[in-house]
Amino acid sequence: MTEPMIRLDHVSKRYPGARTFAVEDLSLDIEAGETVIFVGPSGCGKTTTMRLVNRLIEPTDGKIFVNGEDVGTVDADELRRHIGYVIQQIGLFPHLSVAANIGVVPRALGWPKQRIAERVEELLTLVGLDPDTFRRRYPKQLSGGQQQRVGVARALAADPPVLLMDEPFGAIDPITRDRLHDEFVALQANIRKTVVIVTHDITEAVKLGDRIAIFAEGGRLAQFDTPARILAEPADEFVASFVGSGAAVRGLSLRLVGELPLAPDSGAPGRASVRVDQSLLDALDTMLHAHTEVAVVRDGDRVVGELDWATVLRTPPGGQS
Amino acid sequence: MTTPTQPLPRRITPANVLVTPLVLLAALGALFWYLSGLELDDIERRSINADTILTHLWEHVELVAVSSVLVIVIAVPLGVLLTRPALRLVTPPLLGLANIGQAIPSIGILVLLAVTVGIGFDKAVLALVALAMLPVLRNTMIGVSTVDKSLIDAARGMGLTRTTVLLRVELPLAVPVILAGVRIALILNVSSATLATYTNAGGLGTLIATGVTLNRLPVLITGSVLTAVLALTVDWLAGLAEAALRPRGI
Ligand SMILES: Nc1ncnc2c1ncn2[C@@H]1O[C@H](COP(=O)(O)OP(=O)(O)OP(=O)(O)O)[C@@H](O)[C@H]1O
Ligand SMILES: [Mg+2]
Repeated sequence: MTEPMIRLDHVSKRYPGARTFAVEDLSLDIEAGETVIFVGPSGCGKTTTMRLVNRLIEPTDGKIFVNGEDVGTVDADELRRHIGYVIQQIGLFPHLSVAANIGVVPRALGWPKQRIAERVEELLTLVGLDPDTFRRRYPKQLSGGQQQRVGVARALAADPPVLLMDEPFGAIDPITRDRLHDEFVALQANIRKTVVIVTHDITEAVKLGDRIAIFAEGGRLAQFDTPARILAEPADEFVASFVGSGAAVRGLSLRLVGELPLAPDSGAPGRASVRVDQSLLDALDTMLHAHTEVAVVRDGDRVVGELDWATVLRTPPGGQS
Repeated sequence: MTTPTQPLPRRITPANVLVTPLVLLAALGALFWYLSGLELDDIERRSINADTILTHLWEHVELVAVSSVLVIVIAVPLGVLLTRPALRLVTPPLLGLANIGQAIPSIGILVLLAVTVGIGFDKAVLALVALAMLPVLRNTMIGVSTVDKSLIDAARGMGLTRTTVLLRVELPLAVPVILAGVRIALILNVSSATLATYTNAGGLGTLIATGVTLNRLPVLITGSVLTAVLALTVDWLAGLAEAALRPRGI
């Protein structure tokens, strides 16, 4: 295996004056190009861990490596310019327009004006905000969700190889969030950045994460594994209760229709229709809506077989994906 | 932390941009009309003539301008410096000191300086600077240190250096509060400068003092009205500057 992009090596952090550790003896490797989700109860050290990576916080103990380099030995400002960071409070500069907010890091890196303007346009479009409408607005003229999207655009501005996002989609409505998730997954398939996202939303974690790190009180890492394995085999009671009662159903979102053994096409009328690249969760949803136990499975225009409810029930949740 | 000294925020509308100058012109007109209706005696004529009045007005403006520029040049950087992490510990006691200092009467400082270091334009300016420093220093410290910490966090998290964060984030956001302090300093200077006459530095206070000591009401009224008009003019200009310099978006 190659060098991990981010490595925490027995890292502890105790804030001055605090009696307990915010993060205690945490070791964690995040591979290059991987999306890792931090979840856990409030106050368990997710934000602290993130800020240790870009050195906004110095560890009390242990070492942190980014791209093989000990962050304690590199220039913190230089380090941070190559790590996009979306803070939990969004933190848009109220006296700067949306465009200027997004352009802060490119400007600090000395990009020419024209290139910054193009980049702003590109990023606003990416996060679903019309550049002509929003470029010149000030943060207070945006809704909370719009501000969050500008915050994400700002973190992406200089195309950093590493992205740290602290609850980036929290204030966004479910439909837009879903779209942003899809876009994120598609984008991430191409650009393969190393991404760390903090969220309280298990569904989001399962959808976006290559791996999920579940934190317990005091920055203890309760489980760090793929979404499928966390849903199927929670390491302990804490994880099980944290991923919650919907784990089996959520697991279905990780399996695609095409992975299941399909029956030959019966040609019967009144069946639902699903695609091979849809998740089992979506397929079941379609079947429930159509009040039918059977669905035709299509791959593009081609009918490849038939899926029935009972086959789905026999599938282990999560599986080996 | 104490709240910043801040006059009520004003919106720029054609009405309040124009109302003040019109009122001030009317006051000047009334003064002129009052004076031209009087039979002035010799003593009064020695004070109330265009030459003398303009000289004193100019002295006054000079006192205010020089001391205000010095105040800004000294108090703003000093205030910023005192909010830097290295000096943050001394910020609260200094703010307390500044608050106490603000209660010292200006005549006290002027007289104190006159007896200790002597008289003249420089000494008067020194006294005015000492007096008007406090609101600017105080507002600069409060303005800079009350900038939302998460913004500084976001800026540092993006890799901006401390200096860049100060110049691009903290100072622009503190501008309204700093300007409010400057505005107070200006008014303070216009009124305190009337006392400069006691340190032989001239100004409109000379007219007021002459009017009082020689018991000449027209001279006293001329000096007072001109001081008030000057103060309000300066306040009006400062208000315009404040509205123009306030960053958009906040
Ligand atoms: N600057 C600080 N000084 C002292 N204690 C802090 C500081 N920041 C965080 N803490 C403490 O450290 C612990 C971890 O905080 P952290 O912000 O990392 O939690 P979190 O997992 O991000 O929580 P949330 O989900 O609510 O954002 C908490 O107990 C918190 O009170
Ligand atoms: Mg947090």
